[in-house]
Amino acid sequence: MTGFLQNTFNGLVSGAFYALLALGLAVIFGMLRVVNFAHGAFYMLGAFGAYVLLTEAGVPFWAALVIVPVGLGLLGMALERAFIHRLTRLDPLYNFLLTFGLTLILQDLVKLRYGVQSSPYATPSALGGSVNLGLFDFPTYRVFILGFAVLVCVAVWWLLSHTRLGMVVRAATERPELTRAFGINVGRWVTPVFGFGIGLAGLAGVLAAPMRAVNPLMGADLIIVVFAVVVIGGLGSIFGSVAAGFGIGLVQAWGEAYLSDFPIVSQTVVFVVMAVVLLWRPAGLFGREEAPA
Amino acid sequence: MLRVDSLSAWYGEAQVLRDVSLDVAAGEVVTLVGRNGAGKSTLLRCVMGLHAGQRGTVELDGRDIGRLPAHRRARLGLGWVPDDRGSYATLSVAENLTLPPTVGPDPWSLERVYEAFPALYARRDSPATTLSGGEQQMLALARVLRMGARLLLCDEPTEGLSPLLVQQVADLLHEAKRHGVTVLLVEQNLHFATGVADRHYLLAEGRVVEAMDNSEVRSRERELLSYLGI
Repeated sequence: MTGFLQNTFNGLVSGAFYALLALGLAVIFGMLRVVNFAHGAFYMLGAFGAYVLLTEAGVPFWAALVIVPVGLGLLGMALERAFIHRLTRLDPLYNFLLTFGLTLILQDLVKLRYGVQSSPYATPSALGGSVNLGLFDFPTYRVFILGFAVLVCVAVWWLLSHTRLGMVVRAATERPELTRAFGINVGRWVTPVFGFGIGLAGLAGVLAAPMRAVNPLMGADLIIVVFAVVVIGGLGSIFGSVAAGFGIGLVQAWGEAYLSDFPIVSQTVVFVVMAVVLLWRPAGLFGREEAPA
Repeated sequence: MLRVDSLSAWYGEAQVLRDVSLDVAAGEVVTLVGRNGAGKSTLLRCVMGLHAGQRGTVELDGRDIGRLPAHRRARLGLGWVPDDRGSYATLSVAENLTLPPTVGPDPWSLERVYEAFPALYARRDSPATTLSGGEQQMLALARVLRMGARLLLCDEPTEGLSPLLVQQVADLLHEAKRHGVTVLLVEQNLHFATGVADRHYLLAEGRVVEAMDNSEVRSRERELLSYLGI
């Protein structure tokens, strides 16, 4: 029983990263119809941002948690203005080429300076040790990640569902042309939304720094699962991406714990889930079928 | 108020509007009648700024709006009532109503909308696509009245509605007209059209072939109906 709870908890913690990354992808896809294959690279940049700030400038974790996402968000906005917005009128193939090319460039730039080995990032002292949550001890930092990620997801949900800005984003996501006909300059919101999605990836990266190995390929390893999460949740569905993020974290953790004798199964279980979901609901669990244009 | 001059429009290679010219005076209700594919909806989309391939002049109050993006045109007072009713599934009924900014001098308040449409009030927190077809049509009309739009562009507002609801749409357009709202609507229902409109343009193969008043439409109803294939 304790083992099960421990696996469940660890699954939720991995799920928290999936949820934050999938949430950003979903918001970006909804507004821009662009699948951002560079999302994992921005997650990696988030972790490296925290690492560089600490080692080069002595900026602590807590400050990095604010500075890095904002900085990466601004970088994302600049990239959207410079490159991404050109994709709207092009074949989706260019979407892949541009964002995947961006991934390779960002990864190699980091490799050039820091190599491929992992850089250590100490857990902030206030979050060291473990806390007792009843049945057994959990590492404090992991509890923090889970709580913080849930908080961020709830905040984003609130922003989208209870503010005028969120209403405009939902309307523009669902029917961009119609929304323009109602006097809303949809184009004005595209750049900030892209920056926001990138900022979320950066935030996940900062959170990952003390827990995961900080290296140039950390995003590339994770992003494949995140894309499975996004597809399972329903491309562009905000709620679906978060729910599927936590769900896949759980499935993966349970798979690793209870199917460890069958490594092939435990390593592929996420993609098996994805295939089954797609057969059953082609638009994903919470996705809506695209309305005919 | 609205002047369209030698407007042509294309879908790719296919020309769907050919040198269309028409006028709508302030406070008038004007219909576009014609067979499916005559170019009626495309004409409305050109006025709203939603159709890319076009040439010609679109003027609002003497100002050339032909190059303005749709959102700027809406802010000048154009109210869009699309043929599919334009309900957002991810927005509640209340959000559907308040999404557009108010753009005119005489916008309906939300209270007034709810008083006129108790069904919308009862379902104000539900997703708009859970409303019945008729309720969604009322929502689409109420939305542009709440905007305070001065010129409504309505694409077949009575399509698929029961006679009772058609009457309700007619009452609503009458009331809008009383408040000085101008309406350009695409309509296949001639009874409805003569009941609410002042004048009519008959479109065929992308051209305006005739401009008619109500008495002319009534006297030629049989001929027109057979022409429209209804």
